[in-house]
Amino acid sequence: MHEMSLTESLVALIESEGAKQGFSRVRTVKLAVGALGHVDPEAMRFCFDAVARGTIVEGAQLAVSIVPGTAWCLDCARTVGVSERGAACPECGRYRLQVNGGEDLRLEELEVD
Amino acid sequence: MCTVCGCGHPATNGDGSSHDHPHEHRHTHEHSHGDLRHTHEHAHRHSHAQEHGDAHSHNHGGDGAHDHDHAHAHDHSHDHEQGHSHDVVHRADGSIDFGAGPAAVHAPGLSPGRTVRIVREIMAKNNDFARANRARLSALGTLALNFVSSPGSGKTSLLVRAIDDLKDRLDIAVVEGDQQTARDAERIRATGARAVQINTGKGCHLDAHMVAHALDELAPEPRGLLFIENVGNLICPAGFDLGEAHKVVVLSVTEGEDKPLKYPEMFAAADLMLLNKSDLLPHVDFDVDACLANALRINPNLQTLVVSARTGEGSAAFYAWIEARLARLADAHAGAVAPASGNGVGAGGAE
Repeated sequence: MHEMSLTESLVALIESEGAKQGFSRVRTVKLAVGALGHVDPEAMRFCFDAVARGTIVEGAQLAVSIVPGTAWCLDCARTVGVSERGAACPECGRYRLQVNGGEDLRLEELEVD
Repeated sequence: MCTVCGCGHPATNGDGSSHDHPHEHRHTHEHSHGDLRHTHEHAHRHSHAQEHGDAHSHNHGGDGAHDHDHAHAHDHSHDHEQGHSHDVVHRADGSIDFGAGPAAVHAPGLSPGRTVRIVREIMAKNNDFARANRARLSALGTLALNFVSSPGSGKTSLLVRAIDDLKDRLDIAVVEGDQQTARDAERIRATGARAVQINTGKGCHLDAHMVAHALDELAPEPRGLLFIENVGNLICPAGFDLGEAHKVVVLSVTEGEDKPLKYPEMFAAADLMLLNKSDLLPHVDFDVDACLANALRINPNLQTLVVSARTGEGSAAFYAWIEARLARLADAHAGAVAPASGNGVGAGGAE
């Protein structure tokens, strides 16, 4: 459950931004999560409520947008969309794909008071 | 216009004296929840009656058209038709709380919240530590390898053999990660190598901050080797850069050949795969070629070696792989342009 430590990092990040930018309550946390990344959004939500308790993030809504996966196909010599690791190239059907997008884990935006 | 309820009346005093409309919310509240979770906490809680000292309507037309722009803190689509109640928090447990949440969003003069664009990598803190570890190791010319695998693949046995075979040539220090106990560090120390045990407690992976502490304690020698044995877990350690030069994934032939497909992230993150326990191949149904093909399907750049910590099969190739990388590191360290020259066995020759 590495989502727990990632969520702790997220909340710590927001708290330090709150101190810097002068907000004391967060309503919405917008995250970008890559489809091929290391994070399960549902696990992160589960951790979020627990970790947020007692912080300025408590009660905030976690809005997750999924960044689609892409990979460089060594045979087609171009970037193609992929839904999961180990999937075939949608163009040529071969498996020589190097993931080059969709591994994101990024805080994008906050709605704050 | 009132910035919170959008009722079209100027928001003025805290008592809402200019809001002079009867309170008639009659609209249904249809949340189209596409997802499973239902813990929305509406921020559109205007405490009517009390805060405003008056009643309050939203000028609904007879058709139910409804144009209030509350600061909704939820982003699901939300069709108002008839009869919904404000001031309500639907809790995940099914209870409904009419009094919870931030009160009086409808306080005139109070901004309905602002949006702050903050683009930050959530891994940034770990990655800062990882970068510092990497800089420190590269300044020393020390090669750090992060060994990852499921529990029981034979990581510690591989390390013990490698240390025994290489310790006369190289300074080797080891970071051992486990949830509990110092058993692995003790096994390593029995070889004469320095080892620090990190117990992660409830943690399922090592992070770069833990490794930074371990480096303080181990004080690796220049041009040496640092083995980091991660927590036995084929999932979580994949996402955490520790500052290593390479992740080395260990898989054993007593596991399934489809493991690279089932746990792809670890095989995608690694540069080398050691397929261990080859001495057991005669006794198990394990298709080495299929396993390697699966691993390459996940990561076409992965290098693979078949080894046995027990018999030493494949060890020479593994050590050549290590020494080629040490030599490259030494070249980079000397500021020379490292030629991509096959298996440059012999770290000393790079000077």
